[in-house]
Amino acid sequence: MASFKPTKIPVYPKLGEKVTQDTLYWKNYKAPVQIKEYGAVSNIDFSPVAPHNFAVTAFSRIHVYGPFSQEPVKTFTRFKDTAYCGRFRSDGQLLVAGCEDSVVRLFDVSGRVALRMFKGHTKAVHVTDFTSDRYQILTGSDDYTCRLWDIPNAAELSTYREHTDYIRCGVTSKLNRDLFITGSYDHTLKVFDARAEKSVMTMDHGQPVESLLLYPSEGLLVSAGGRYVKVWDLLKGGQPLVSLKNHHKTVTCLALGNNGERLLSASLDRHVKVYNTTTYKVVHNFDYAAAILSLALAPDDESIVVGMTNSILSIKHRKHTEESKEIMSQQRRRPSYRVFVKGKNFVPKPDDYLVSKPVKEHLAKYDRELKKFNVSKALDASLEIWLRKKKPEITVGVIKELDRRGTLKNALAGRDEEQLSQLLHFVIGNIVDTRFAPIILTAAEMILDIYKSVIGQSALIDQQLLRLQNILESEINLEQELLEVLGMLDTMFATSVTRKEVPYSDVGRSNGLAQGEASSSRPELQAT
Amino acid sequence: MVEQAEIRVVHQGGSNITFREPAISSDSRFLLCASGHNVKVFSTVTEECVQELRGHTDLVTGVLLRPSNHLQAYSCSADGTVRLWDFTDGILIKTYVIGYPICSIYASASHDGVIFIATPTKGYKTLDSLQLLAVHLPQTAGQLVETSDLSAVLSDVSANPATVAFGRAGEYVASTNGVQLQIFFFKKQKSFRFSLKENSCSGRRNTFTCVACHPTDDCIATGHEDGKIRLWRNFDQKREYTYRTLHWHHSTVRALCFTPEGSNLLSGGVESVLVQWRYQQESQQDFLPRLGAAITHIAVSPDGALFCTSHSDNKIVLIQSCVKVSSIIQGLVKGEAVQTDLMVDPRSKALVLNGKPGHLQFYSLQRDRLLFNLDVVQQEFIHQEGLDQFQVVMATLDGAGAWLATVEERKQETVEAELNLKLWAFDEPSQSFVLNTTVSTPHEVRITAVTFDPAARGQTSLLVSCGRDGLFKAWRLAPPAHPDDGGPSWTCDFVSGYHGLTPQRCCFSADGSLLAVGFQEVVTVWSPASWELLLTLSQPPGIIRDLCFGRLSCSKFLLGTTSSDQLCCWNLLTCSLEWSTSMEVSLLLADPLSDNMAAFCHQDGNTDLFVFKPSEPRPLFSQKAVCSGRVSRAVFAPREVALESCEESSQWLNRSQLYFLTPLMDLLTFSTRAEEERLMTASKQLVVDDSVAMTPFQLLLGKRRPHHQAAVEDPAVRPPAERPVPPGGSAAVRELLQSPAHVLPAAAALCSVFMEALLETPSDPEEEEEEDSDQEMETRATRPERGLLETDSADPVLSRAQVRELRRVRKLDHSWFSSLLDS
Repeated sequence: MASFKPTKIPVYPKLGEKVTQDTLYWKNYKAPVQIKEYGAVSNIDFSPVAPHNFAVTAFSRIHVYGPFSQEPVKTFTRFKDTAYCGRFRSDGQLLVAGCEDSVVRLFDVSGRVALRMFKGHTKAVHVTDFTSDRYQILTGSDDYTCRLWDIPNAAELSTYREHTDYIRCGVTSKLNRDLFITGSYDHTLKVFDARAEKSVMTMDHGQPVESLLLYPSEGLLVSAGGRYVKVWDLLKGGQPLVSLKNHHKTVTCLALGNNGERLLSASLDRHVKVYNTTTYKVVHNFDYAAAILSLALAPDDESIVVGMTNSILSIKHRKHTEESKEIMSQQRRRPSYRVFVKGKNFVPKPDDYLVSKPVKEHLAKYDRELKKFNVSKALDASLEIWLRKKKPEITVGVIKELDRRGTLKNALAGRDEEQLSQLLHFVIGNIVDTRFAPIILTAAEMILDIYKSVIGQSALIDQQLLRLQNILESEINLEQELLEVLGMLDTMFATSVTRKEVPYSDVGRSNGLAQGEASSSRPELQAT
Repeated sequence: MVEQAEIRVVHQGGSNITFREPAISSDSRFLLCASGHNVKVFSTVTEECVQELRGHTDLVTGVLLRPSNHLQAYSCSADGTVRLWDFTDGILIKTYVIGYPICSIYASASHDGVIFIATPTKGYKTLDSLQLLAVHLPQTAGQLVETSDLSAVLSDVSANPATVAFGRAGEYVASTNGVQLQIFFFKKQKSFRFSLKENSCSGRRNTFTCVACHPTDDCIATGHEDGKIRLWRNFDQKREYTYRTLHWHHSTVRALCFTPEGSNLLSGGVESVLVQWRYQQESQQDFLPRLGAAITHIAVSPDGALFCTSHSDNKIVLIQSCVKVSSIIQGLVKGEAVQTDLMVDPRSKALVLNGKPGHLQFYSLQRDRLLFNLDVVQQEFIHQEGLDQFQVVMATLDGAGAWLATVEERKQETVEAELNLKLWAFDEPSQSFVLNTTVSTPHEVRITAVTFDPAARGQTSLLVSCGRDGLFKAWRLAPPAHPDDGGPSWTCDFVSGYHGLTPQRCCFSADGSLLAVGFQEVVTVWSPASWELLLTLSQPPGIIRDLCFGRLSCSKFLLGTTSSDQLCCWNLLTCSLEWSTSMEVSLLLADPLSDNMAAFCHQDGNTDLFVFKPSEPRPLFSQKAVCSGRVSRAVFAPREVALESCEESSQWLNRSQLYFLTPLMDLLTFSTRAEEERLMTASKQLVVDDSVAMTPFQLLLGKRRPHHQAAVEDPAVRPPAERPVPPGGSAAVRELLQSPAHVLPAAAALCSVFMEALLETPSDPEEEEEEDSDQEMETRATRPERGLLETDSADPVLSRAQVRELRRVRKLDHSWFSSLLDS
């Protein structure tokens, strides 16, 4: 006597992203804190010294937030126009910012009024930064020039007029006080040495450069512009290393995370992508509500701060392991199973005679009913609310099993309004799912056959049936459009591929493989 | 012809053991069942076949224990004889010649010396109308007995043997045919007939299917086609008869049986549930569900402790008191049709084909035993007629037996056909196949062929499947997309077609460097390494039915058969047709171990076999009319030991053996005369050796005996007193080795006896040694014991020389042991 074989629930390939170490790491953040700023957040900069305050440049203000505060700890408002690029010095004492009115202001973090004003640019200054010796300031402006200033006497040291368009990004070397790099809308990146008259290296990005980032070792430079993120090897004389095209709108900001092992890029397409810096593959992706202008990570990835065009600042703090452990320990305190099993640890002596109890096979509720041939009850059991919501494949598996047994009609018949509406609800929810469509279509046809005589008696059921009809019609239209597109693609492939001896095979290959293998994909026509 | 005499077509096991109701011996130790032309005796404990009673020349149609002697059994056969056997020793006692083909046999304890047989009524050719005859068996001596004392009891008996039953103490016999129940009382010589309506009100059929009589009460149970069981009483009156209806079965009741005390009624049918009804309290039932396949017969042992049910999948299940399945005797499962190709598992050398619904069976050809069933579909099988279930339609094994691919289908003809391609990996620890990948709907329409690359090993395995959707797909073992996903699985590697034609067959060359796919009239040859189309061949018109590459020295040839009855051979080096001949080949296959090919040709309702080399014009072997009908399944099974045949005509059988399935699902093979002679001598040797198997253990003990005898037959050196006592030990050993394993007591109980028996000989010289050293003490201690054992205790004292000689002999005696140990 063989034992009852439980209903086979097919395992469908998991759609969507896979769980990896990276997703676990980057998902381990609390719900974001959202702060409304006065305008689009154009720049965020973390103070290099603890407690790592960060300066947020938005419209004509710079707010400085503490690591956990949701209110600014400090505000700089002495700008005549939109402020740009508020940056901390490496000791966290001074802050520099450009402005639309071409004046660069230097603030003491504790003060309110600007300590120095650097005047000389003729247009808006979008780039400001301190050099690594802390005594000079780099600025880049829309007047196509970049300049070095001396802080103590607010004097201009040198001017470089090499770019032919707006300079919108620039970084200074943290290791060498004379080196700095600027990126411009003329598509070029230029490396300058303060000791030389001219730029020492020029690289062509191909798109207007929006953001620059130097690796901590300063051997590699990352530039973002257009939809591309490019990595350059400075030690090999500016040779392009890799070009990434993972965004579908302009990339606006770059940041390094995870001790320089991950690169983050933010874009106007509302995504932040995380790359592995060894393989340059996207390992994680964050979605935001609006186009992102600025992005910064606190040291050790304690928080991710993102500024968006809709003037929202989003701050995500990292969850700490102690907190999660606390939750675990709380769960563990509950009475556990082992308390109730007596003699669980009993070890029989070698000469004991063991009486083995037959292991009782556990069957799911629907299987128990199926074993007794109670088809309606089995269907009821599989339509339990959490089952059909969380695991529709089980419900579909039971419907399939009933169909195989030839008793699906019996199971579907004889239901009252409430049960029928449940059933229709499930059908409506899953009929367009390609994994379930064939069997659910059969079931839907049966339901219509059985209950067509009572249509019109219940407003609820009629409404659901109308919804079903609408869904099917829209699905048919979609399929038609898809087939049209497929036809177009086929013609394109046929013309683009050089004619070989067997043209058919090439077409077949492009079709069959483009659909992600025939391994489990149903043909799309099934739903019609 | 010489060839026909040399090579014979022989039945190779796998016969049906559930054709007729089995019989259980009165001590419940043996089970007798009709199996083809023989009667097989199985042990109910070990499930082994202990005896095979050979003698009938036609199908055995019934087995019955002799009521007056529980160690004897009758068997009847379509060859017109009834034979009486001693089934424990396998001896034919008597043969009664009846002269008519016998359909079934019955006996009753109260009718001594009379058996009842059902034979076709004279004048009628068909088996529709039978008559029940009483045969008085003459008490004459001699093996062959002619019987002439026949008397008709009932006419108009159904051909189904379950429709006749003998009532309480043999007072009456009940028989059903169609919708009629007929009861004949022997004492009153009176018969009653009761009829049911053709159809009951619900439109179900009332036809009787089986009948059983209560052993102590006047009650007849009948089973019906609509699943009802009727219990008839008062049937000795014309009008006042009554019946009661029991209804549990939802389809035909196939078997009914009362237990010997009459306390229970057993019934079974298509549902494969054994139902036990309490007699007089029929509302109480016990069920034994999921027995595997439709129940066809039920038998109960005379003491009522053991039930056995025969099933339609060639299986007999032994059940202990309706609760526990104690053992299962399983023959080769034969469905209505074998849909998979025959294959040979390279590991177990077992024949692989589909058996039970949704299963693949592995059948050992050498031992004629089912090794195991692989559950491919893994779904609960619903025993209901007319239900469309998943069926295994295709299976293929790769060259090393590491991978198995199966295709299962449901609703084959409709639009929403369900298709699954499953790939199974051989699991070393559990020694069975484990599911690796399931591909649902690998092709949109039915799959026409699947095949593995025979040469590829391990990670490079390649599977090609062809579908009616005009595509063929190559599947490869690929590492998982992500390391957390577990082991490697199979993914589609390449998809292609040829001008939208339907691929029918595909075939790999022996080294796996070429793939031939037959697209209707066109044969395309591809390179699996680059998936380039190398060449197309389409010389003679006609749809390609079979494709086969030549092997070894003929590997440059590609052979194909077409629907226009052509057998073509292409030379792949010149890309031209080498030769073609017109014959209707139903099956073409290549021997994997030689360059021979076999073609089964269907001609005038018969199948002819040709064995040929593609490079030679003359066939190596041909035989006309191998069997009737069209042979569509065959396989070359490699031999374990190659034959050393020198005759040209039978050389093709040296390396491998050809098995084929006839349309009637008989498994046949070809055997040479030399092989048969070898088998005969082997079996003779076996008889001489007291049927002890040639095991290392037997060599150890079997060699001992001659030495022993040599020592005994050495009278010159051995004083008569030294003749070893015919020890109790060796008798025990012989008994131990000769009796079948299943009748022996527990090994723990035997151990001490056995060890003593073995220790007996070595202990002798030690005794002698001790005797030698201190004679006075030992002689006194041992002599009286000897005296007890032997009749003449006169024991002369040994001289020194004699003792020395004796030692030498003893040393000789031991050399065999050391040599055995060394070897």
